[in-house]
This record gives sequence, C-alpha cells and structure tokens, in this order.
Amino acid sequence: MDYLVSHYSYWVSILLMMAGLYIVIDHTNLLKKLVGLNIFQTSVFILFISMGKVDGGTAPILEQDYSVFSNPLPHVLILTAIVVSVATTAVGLALVVNINRQYDSIDEQEIEKIELEEE
Amino acid sequence: MIGSHYPILQVVIPLIAAPLCSLLPKNKLPWLFATLVSWITFAVSIVLLVQVRNHGVLSYELGSWPAPWGIQYYIDTIGAFVLVLVSSIASITLLAARELVESEIAKEKHALFYTAFLLCLTGLLGIVATGDAFNVFVFLEISSLSSYALIAMGDNRKALTASYEYLIMGTIGATFILIGIGLLYMQTGTLNMLDLKQRIHEVDSFRSVHAAFAFFTVGICLKLALFPLHHWLPNAYAYAPSVVSIFLAATATKVALYLLYRVFYTIFGFEFSFDTLHLGYILLPLSIIAVIISALTAIFQPDVKRLLAYSSLGQISYMTMGIALETKAGLIASIIHLFNHAFIKGALFMCMACLLSRMHSTALVGLAGAGRRMPWTCAAFVVAGLALIGVPLTSGFISKWYLVVAILEKDWWWLAIIVLITSLLSVVYIWRVIEQMYFREANGKYSNAKEASPVLLVCTWLLVLATIYFGIDNSYPVGMAVEAAEALLK
Repeated sequence: MDYLVSHYSYWVSILLMMAGLYIVIDHTNLLKKLVGLNIFQTSVFILFISMGKVDGGTAPILEQDYSVFSNPLPHVLILTAIVVSVATTAVGLALVVNINRQYDSIDEQEIEKIELEEE
Repeated sequence: MIGSHYPILQVVIPLIAAPLCSLLPKNKLPWLFATLVSWITFAVSIVLLVQVRNHGVLSYELGSWPAPWGIQYYIDTIGAFVLVLVSSIASITLLAARELVESEIAKEKHALFYTAFLLCLTGLLGIVATGDAFNVFVFLEISSLSSYALIAMGDNRKALTASYEYLIMGTIGATFILIGIGLLYMQTGTLNMLDLKQRIHEVDSFRSVHAAFAFFTVGICLKLALFPLHHWLPNAYAYAPSVVSIFLAATATKVALYLLYRVFYTIFGFEFSFDTLHLGYILLPLSIIAVIISALTAIFQPDVKRLLAYSSLGQISYMTMGIALETKAGLIASIIHLFNHAFIKGALFMCMACLLSRMHSTALVGLAGAGRRMPWTCAAFVVAGLALIGVPLTSGFISKWYLVVAILEKDWWWLAIIVLITSLLSVVYIWRVIEQMYFREANGKYSNAKEASPVLLVCTWLLVLATIYFGIDNSYPVGMAVEAAEALLK
C-alpha cells in the first residue's frame, strides 16, 4: 500500500503511457491516433520531471538561505522533448490534412479499402 | 585552430546550411548549395577519419564545458567509419538529385526539399558524432521528422499514408528510447555515454536498468526495422521520391544499427547485454524469421522498389544476425555488411531512379524490354544485383563470407545453411527483374525510351564500381571493421 502511495507519480505516468499507446493502436481515426501519441509523449514528460524533484528541495535558483535544490536538468531535457513533440504533431497534422484532401477520409480502414481497390 | 573543431563542424555545417537553403530562389541554386554543403561535409568526415586513425579517439566538449556535465562529442573508429559512409552517400545522391527532383517534385517545393534533405543529413551525422545520450534522441528526432516530410513528397498519394504510418511508429520508437534514457539517468545521474558506461556497473542489478535496456531494445529495433517492427519500411521506401529512397535506404537503418552498437556495446557493455540479459536470444530468432520472410515476400512483389525494400529488411537482419552470434567475428561481419550494403542498396535504388526517369514506372511489368533501351542502367542493376546475392568479386560476397565464417566458428551449420538458402532466394527476385529487363519485349508508350542522362549514369556507376572495388580490395573496410569491433568490445 505504501509502495502505491509513495510512488504515485510513476503510477500516473505508466497509466498515461499505456492509455496513450492503447489509443494509438485501437482508434482508426488518424487524428485520434495523433492525440494518443501526444498523451503517450506527455506521460514520458511527467516521468522525467517527477524524478527531478528532490525531497525538501526548492526551485533550482541559487539563494543563500537554501541548501537543497531540485534538479533542473530533467526540466531542460523535457523542454527539448516538448518541442520535438510539438513538431511531430505539426508534421502529423499536416499529413492528415493532405490525406484528407487526397482520400476524402481520415479513417484508417476506409483509406486501406480505397488503396486496395486501387490495386 | 579550426582543426580542433572538426567534430562539431561535421554537424553544424549542414545544420546552418539547411535554413539558408530554404531562403534561396527557386532555380538551380538550392540544389547547387545543398550539393556543395554535402561535399564539404564529406571532406570534414574524411578529415575526422584520418584524425581518428592517427590520434585514436576524438573527443570534443561543446562550449568547453567539461564532461560529464557538458555535452561531449565522441568519435571513434566505428563512428568515423559511419560518418564517412553517410556523407559520401549524401554527396553522390545530391549530385544525381537535380534531374530527379525536377521531374518528381513540384517546383515551389524544391528549396524546401533540399532543406529537409540537409536536416535529415544533419540528424544522421549528429546521431553518429555525439557522445551524449540525450543528444542522440534530439538528432534522432531531427532526422526522423525530416524523413517523414521527405517521404510525404512522393507523387503517389500512398506516400502520405506511408509517411503517416512511419511517423506514428517512428515517434513511438524514439519515445521508447527517451524512456530508456530517462530510466538510466534516474539510476546513474549522468547522460554522458562514457560516464554511463562506468556507472552502470554499480547499478546493473536494479530493475530500472533492466527496464531501460528493454525500452532501448524495442526503440532501436523499431528504427532498425527488425521483424516484427518492420511494417513501416516497405511502403515508406517504395512510395518516397527517388532521391529520398536512395538516401534513406542506404543510410537511415545503418545509423540505427550504429546506435545499437553504441548502446549495447559501449553504454551497457558486452557482458551485461549478452551474458546477463541475453540480447542474442532475442536478436537471433527475429533475424532468422526476418531473412526468410523478407526474401519470400520480395519474390512476389509487383513493384521493384517495394521488392528492394523487402530485400533491405533481409539484409539488415544479416547484420543483426552477426551481432547475435556474440563473437568478435560476428561483430566484424556485421560492420562490414553495414558498409557494403549501403553502397549496394544505394546503387540499386539509383538504378530504379534512372529507370523511373525514362520508363516512368517502377512496376515489374513496366520495365519490360529496358535492357535494350537503357543498356548501361540495366547493366548497373545486374552488377549491383549480383553484389546483393553475394557473387564473388563483389563486396556482397565479402560480407556474406565473413558472416558464414563467423557462424561456422560457432559450429552452427544450420544457420549457415539458412544464410545460403536465403541468398539463393535473393537470386530468384533479382532474376525476376533481370528477366523483365532483358527477356521481354518493350510495350506501352515508353517503349522507345532513351538511356538515362549522363549525370545519373555516372552517379549510379560510381556506387556500382565502389561495390566491385571493395569486392576485390577489401583491406580498407575490413581493417577498419576489425579496429572498430575491437574498440567496441573493450
């Protein structure tokens, strides 16, 4: 029980990770897949940032009165990862817009059917 | 003064050149600029290779922040080897690119195409040059995002769905690698690869390190297109523009293989990866299944680019098979095949680009009679095809030889038989293309096609002659592979 409570940030992260992956696998709507991908990436951000917090640590700004600071490095890494995630979403959405223009649908199964009929 | 900065210049030159390329006016200038930048990058990689061979490992600290707190670029023999490979393929591809891009991609997009190409080159070079684990993720995503954009520029609308599927799977793979990096950082407190190598010994019984290993395996194998994570590759390579197919088929999976060497030999170490966690038990069955299924599937493909893509899957699995043997000889065979296959596949896809430019089709039946109309192109395809099969006097034979010798050293004669049988299967699919080219009559409206343009032919034959040259005098690649394997296994 204590294991569940004290590590709750990791449980949340794993839950979101699995939810995100399930959405990517299960939904056939291309936009919903991208949303699932975003949820999956957000869970990784939570994983990184929650491990950066040091018990009793304050914000990582050098001050005379404080001696314990939280780790700023995970925050830096996650800023980069957020930018990557935004860029991925942008490219993904651009692809979905173009797919819609070409196929008149954003459902994966409908598109597969159209492609098979074409062959 | 500038001599000490070559490691960072290798990555910074194409990185700065990319946005500059997007500002250039829309005539031949973007192509010229991109080609010049790729040749400069190739020159820098040659300098790095010479420096590494003379002085040993090169290490460069960004911003003069000392390692392990700052980002460190770490170039050893295998790194310099792959840098030369990637930049040489990029240079030759861009030389041939002008005509191919003009015929396949809308004029407004040319400058952006070369921008994305330079960004992809930057990403691939950065993955190889860096010695910091998170830097690898950043460059991995740079190269992947630009690849998604490049593939989507193909003129068939299936290129869009192929790129979308690659995006979803590639992002999941890269995010798995990110999770692995995070878990390792949690346990060791460092991101520097050499520092991780030392600190993992103290913590390698922790389950988070084992979980990190698992996440790295899945993420890298996804980028490597190892069975069963390979589904994105055939469509992505088949429907991409010709230039993109040539470049990605020759370099992207090779850099992913380099990342596998880096993570499992340098960071985790040979004993932990193969003795404690038995990576070989995973790689070997998957490689065997992949070589058999990819060869069988390639035989029945109606489109030649898709056929070559499935063939790539099999060839990559030969490389992972070499690793799974868990011996130095296996690793050497894997590195040699990495080098040789890049040129062979580059040559084959370049032949397809030549054929596409004149016959306007890459379907198997669309190539009928090409042998008479385009003799030089088809001859190049025949030689490169023989190299793919592994006929003596070509570089493919050298890699297959080293692989089979490494297998027989372990007394696994059944595996050697599988390798030989799949090589015979590759004869079947190469023969299907050659039969169409030489033994069928040309029909359809492109039956009086001329030979491909001289520039394309020169680039194709450059790659083909490289395969023949390295088949006859293989001392240089093999010497470097042996050196690289010894450094990785230390």
